[in-house]
Amino acid sequence: MRLYLKYMKMIMKSQMQYRASFLLLAFGQCLTPFTTFAGLYFMFERFGQLKGWSFYEVALCFAVTQMAFSFAEVFGRGFDVFSSLVVSGDFDRLLVRPRGTVLQVFGSRFEFARFGRLLLSVFLLIWAAGNIEVDWTFLKVTTLVLMVVSGVVIFLGIFILAASVSFWTVQGLEIANIFTDGGREMTQYPLNIYQKWVKRVFTFIIPFACFNYLPLLYILERDGAGGHPLYAMLPLAGFLFLAPCLLVWRVGVRHYRSTGS
Amino acid sequence: MIRAYLSVFKLRINTGLQYRAAALAGIGTQFFFGSIFIMIFMAFYANSTEAPPMSLSQVITYTWLKQAFLALIMLWIRDNELFQLITSGNIAYEMCRPSGIYGFWYAKLLAQRLSSALLRCFPILIVTVFLPAPYRLELPPDWLTFLLFLAVLTAGTLMVIAISMLIYISVFVTMSPGGSLLIFSIFGEFLSGMVVPVPLMPGWMQDIVYLLPFHWTADFPFRVFTGDISKLDALKGLAAQLAWLAALASFGHYTMNRALRRVVVQGG
Repeated sequence: MRLYLKYMKMIMKSQMQYRASFLLLAFGQCLTPFTTFAGLYFMFERFGQLKGWSFYEVALCFAVTQMAFSFAEVFGRGFDVFSSLVVSGDFDRLLVRPRGTVLQVFGSRFEFARFGRLLLSVFLLIWAAGNIEVDWTFLKVTTLVLMVVSGVVIFLGIFILAASVSFWTVQGLEIANIFTDGGREMTQYPLNIYQKWVKRVFTFIIPFACFNYLPLLYILERDGAGGHPLYAMLPLAGFLFLAPCLLVWRVGVRHYRSTGS
Repeated sequence: MIRAYLSVFKLRINTGLQYRAAALAGIGTQFFFGSIFIMIFMAFYANSTEAPPMSLSQVITYTWLKQAFLALIMLWIRDNELFQLITSGNIAYEMCRPSGIYGFWYAKLLAQRLSSALLRCFPILIVTVFLPAPYRLELPPDWLTFLLFLAVLTAGTLMVIAISMLIYISVFVTMSPGGSLLIFSIFGEFLSGMVVPVPLMPGWMQDIVYLLPFHWTADFPFRVFTGDISKLDALKGLAAQLAWLAALASFGHYTMNRALRRVVVQGG
């Protein structure tokens, strides 16, 4: 953990070198969810509802996803650029150090500019939660927090999984975007507006529904989920997803052959 | 002069066409994103009480066109080589070339976009034309509309490149590409109707959008394709596109020359 913080400080310093660009970047990062959210708002202004979901309900869903994703991105960015480590052969250096590879890749990059995005999503979450018609009980607030945490874990799992692919292919795969950016784009809306196959894949194979849609049903007391505290604890299932991801990573590290540049 | 640009262009197209596996992965990704966007639109349209200004099938066609021509119209597509030239000081070599940098880079960027669009657009267009009913891409009402679409899409693409040249030029000042690229692409994406199609935006937002150049790059060509914009308006729009293109290109040319005069090349 100390090492991790040290990595963080180093990278922070280096990113502050180009101040103008850093500020632009932070501002821009903050704008990304802002424009998508503006789009969402405009669509609601035009159509009034989304298959029975109201604006604030979807806004809450949106905020949870954005917050989880930006947390995962601020801290897990190292996995995103991991394929370049493999291509250049620099991963060899990580292997000879007396620390876990996961931790080192984790620490290899932070995008502090993405805090802008995080900030905006925090604001959105509080705003949406405040405007929604829900009696906030202790359990419901806990569920909301768990949802965000579980979302971070799931997105990190996907980052790790996507990075592991480059042990075999050397290059990263663009198709991984389906699960990172695509997953974010998709879980901004309640999962039940999609076709059945989408719902199934993203409930049982990648448990997006566990951090977002299903616990949301509990909070909003929709579809009879209000009385089942089981729904409230579903975000915990997201943690199970991390295990196979770390396993794939381990197999990958063992399979790794240096490109030897 | 023109010959030099043409050969840069050809070279780039050939290199671009070599990455077929990457293109295939890209196509898969675009299909996925396309179907997600369409499902969201369908959910909004499902219980709509009054008739929206754009029919569902028009929105779906619009979405598929966006996915198919992504490489032509998106501002976030970048050439890191050019950024490195500027920040590393190797720009000095470029300045020794007998042809102007603006035209040279313009040809390079155009070829990059064309090569990746050529690889990706046909598979997406062909498959989506044959999809089952709600997901299908509806062909334009007649041939003339289609030809007009090709013309305005070409003009739109030329405009995208003129705009993205401004991003590269801004790096001369900031020396780090991330920021300006991001700001340009976020606003550009929204204002060109890539997040919400322009006709679905509220009136006041549309007024802003129509003042700026971005919607000519994507929203306008796509609506010509769906027949939302009449042939006469399409011709008028083409004229507006060309005027914008001339303005953007000469502005870019001018600022680039000014930036180049101020360039200080560091060390050897």
